[in-house]
Amino acid sequence: MVEIRLAMEIGGLNLRNPVMNAAGILGLTADLLRRVYEEGAGAVVTKSIGLKPRMGHPNPTVAIVEGGLINAMGLPNPGVEYFLGELEKLRAWDIPVIASFFGETLDEFVEVASKLSEAGVDALELNCSCPNVEGVGILGSDPGAVKRVTEAVKGCVDKPLFVKLSPNVSDITEIARAAERGGADGLTAVNTLRATALSVEARRPILSNVTGGLSGPALKPVALRCVWEIYEAVEIPIIGCGGITTWRDAVEYLLAGASALQVGTAIMTRGLRVFREINMGLRSYLEENGFRGVSELVGLAHES
Amino acid sequence: MSDWRMRAEAHRAVRILRVVEEAEGFSTLYFRDALCRKAQPGQFIMVWPPGMEEVPMSLSTIGGESSITVKAVGLTSRRLTSLGEGDLIMIRGPFGRGFTLMGEKPLLVAGGTGVAPMKPLVEEMLSRGLKPTLILGARTRDRLLFLNRLRRLLGSKLHIATDDGSLGFSGPASKYAERLLDEGCFDAVYACGPEAMMAAIYRAAERRGLPIQVSLERYMKCAIGLCGSCAIGPYRVCRDGPVFNGEMLRRVLDEFGRRHLDPSGRSTPLEE
Ligand SMILES: Cc1cc2nc3c(=O)[nH]c(=O)nc-3n(C[C@H](O)[C@H](O)[C@H](O)COP(=O)(O)OP(=O)(O)OC[C@H]3O[C@@H](n4cnc5c(N)ncnc54)[C@H](O)[C@@H]3O)c2cc1C
Ligand SMILES: Cc1cc2nc3c(=O)[nH]c(=O)nc-3n(C[C@H](O)[C@H](O)[C@H](O)COP(=O)(O)O)c2cc1C
Ligand code: FES
Repeated sequence: MVEIRLAMEIGGLNLRNPVMNAAGILGLTADLLRRVYEEGAGAVVTKSIGLKPRMGHPNPTVAIVEGGLINAMGLPNPGVEYFLGELEKLRAWDIPVIASFFGETLDEFVEVASKLSEAGVDALELNCSCPNVEGVGILGSDPGAVKRVTEAVKGCVDKPLFVKLSPNVSDITEIARAAERGGADGLTAVNTLRATALSVEARRPILSNVTGGLSGPALKPVALRCVWEIYEAVEIPIIGCGGITTWRDAVEYLLAGASALQVGTAIMTRGLRVFREINMGLRSYLEENGFRGVSELVGLAHES
Repeated sequence: MSDWRMRAEAHRAVRILRVVEEAEGFSTLYFRDALCRKAQPGQFIMVWPPGMEEVPMSLSTIGGESSITVKAVGLTSRRLTSLGEGDLIMIRGPFGRGFTLMGEKPLLVAGGTGVAPMKPLVEEMLSRGLKPTLILGARTRDRLLFLNRLRRLLGSKLHIATDDGSLGFSGPASKYAERLLDEGCFDAVYACGPEAMMAAIYRAAERRGLPIQVSLERYMKCAIGLCGSCAIGPYRVCRDGPVFNGEMLRRVLDEFGRRHLDPSGRSTPLEE
């Protein structure tokens, strides 16, 4: 019997399997991330950390819709100084960590990234879906700004840097190329799609912030298309994210060109066992179809 | 997911059937909801009076009619206690893991609004033929919630403790609980109320080798196990709790009764 390898490498990181939690999903404390790792994730991703603590938006911060969820958490996070303590614990437990981060100015991006990097994280994930970056507006839809921020961060840290892209753009390959030119080691595709939901009885928007981001199965076809297009546009590896719930979704993303995967909303519907479920399904799929490792699937559908 | 509107996680509008003022600043709001009807004692819902914040509340009645029992402490809870018949609230849930039945002669200890999830638990225990004893604690006799209803259900198995001694035992319910535990032959312990009280009762139960369940509160945002804001140790209070058993509590002793996360995710001392 051949040995099936779920272990893989992405942007210089060696992981026991390709499935991780998505940023902002349980990434607020070291103890929760440890649980995610114990439940079978290949690496863990933190909440997006900023320079200063943020309380986030008032509730309601989530609204269920057909096929998914809209959230407007408002990037609550304890601030980078505080969070170094949580990273310390994760490092002591030897858990591979990707630290997600954001800033409100270019300098803030660099400052937060440098601090996280000194704390010994394994990689960084730059969240460019944050709404108000000074002098830029919505960072994620401006290729020039994405390149500048990526370059600035890469200039100051020596960790693998993933840039997480927003799907709220007319041409995602343009942003992907900008991040690649800025020196990104990989891309995470994608963040949530801007959306809203209203209550017909209350006759008002459900989210206190009015709009939020759509995640879950409803996002998947869009996110998968993004991964497909990005794969054809850049050389750097992609972490696929958006609506992944079962091993079939995972295989689709791999075939479309993702090298690794992130899971968020499915933790609501499947529970934390989703990491084991997807990995077991992936293993059987590889076995039954005569593959020896997950990496053999990456981008395979582009060859047909 | 064509049935997404039927998911417990989805918001739905309910009309308030009536509001009963239990004591000054404490009101019970009754409504009908198909999913809450089938909830377990100890589960909670997210309640959103439009225009205010959405906040977690335990179900204090489970059945054809459901209810929440609200203590007015801040803007949203004050709004809730000021609502009346016919007013609309948005709810989602029920969420989390409720109480499970243990033993045949359990001791239940409720402090303040902690009686909210305990009342349906007492009802369930009685309907299953268990013999529960309840200590109902409050600051003063006027704040003893559901007193008449519980007296009817429990008779002499209802004990009262008030901090000011205006009725029943004078002093904290946890102290009275220790005394009853030494006298009676209880085989399980349940507690809901201020966390310091629950921590004292937890220690009392552990010392006597009795199984225990308590219901915890933490700051909640998503209530669906995703955001992590309600974390205590490796657990999410919204999904793995709110009811914790002794085994779970043993893993979070550095936080239980001591610390909680603020809305930004920073661990801060609990003050009650
Ligand atoms: C599982 C659970 C069950 C609960 N059951 C009841 C109940 O049956 N009856 C009852 O009166 N209260 C209950 N609470 C507490 C109730 O949620 C708070 O009293 C309420 O949120 C106060 O909101 P406010 O805007 O009026 O006050 P604020 O002034 O906004 O806050 C006062 C305090 O309430 C708490 N609080 C505020 N927002 C939240 C939130 N989103 N999540 C958790 N805590 C919050 C905080 O400790 C805060 O310091 C429960 C809480 C939890 C977590
Ligand atoms: C509650 C919640 C919080 C999130 N927080 C963040 C965050 O802090 N940073 C980020 O880059 N993405 C955040 N996201 C987006 C997810 O990381 C992910 O991109 C998105 O949910 C799509 O994946 P899914 O369909 O598997 O959930 C959040 C999503 C949810 C549902
Ligand atoms: S409130 Fe419990 S995980 Fe979000």
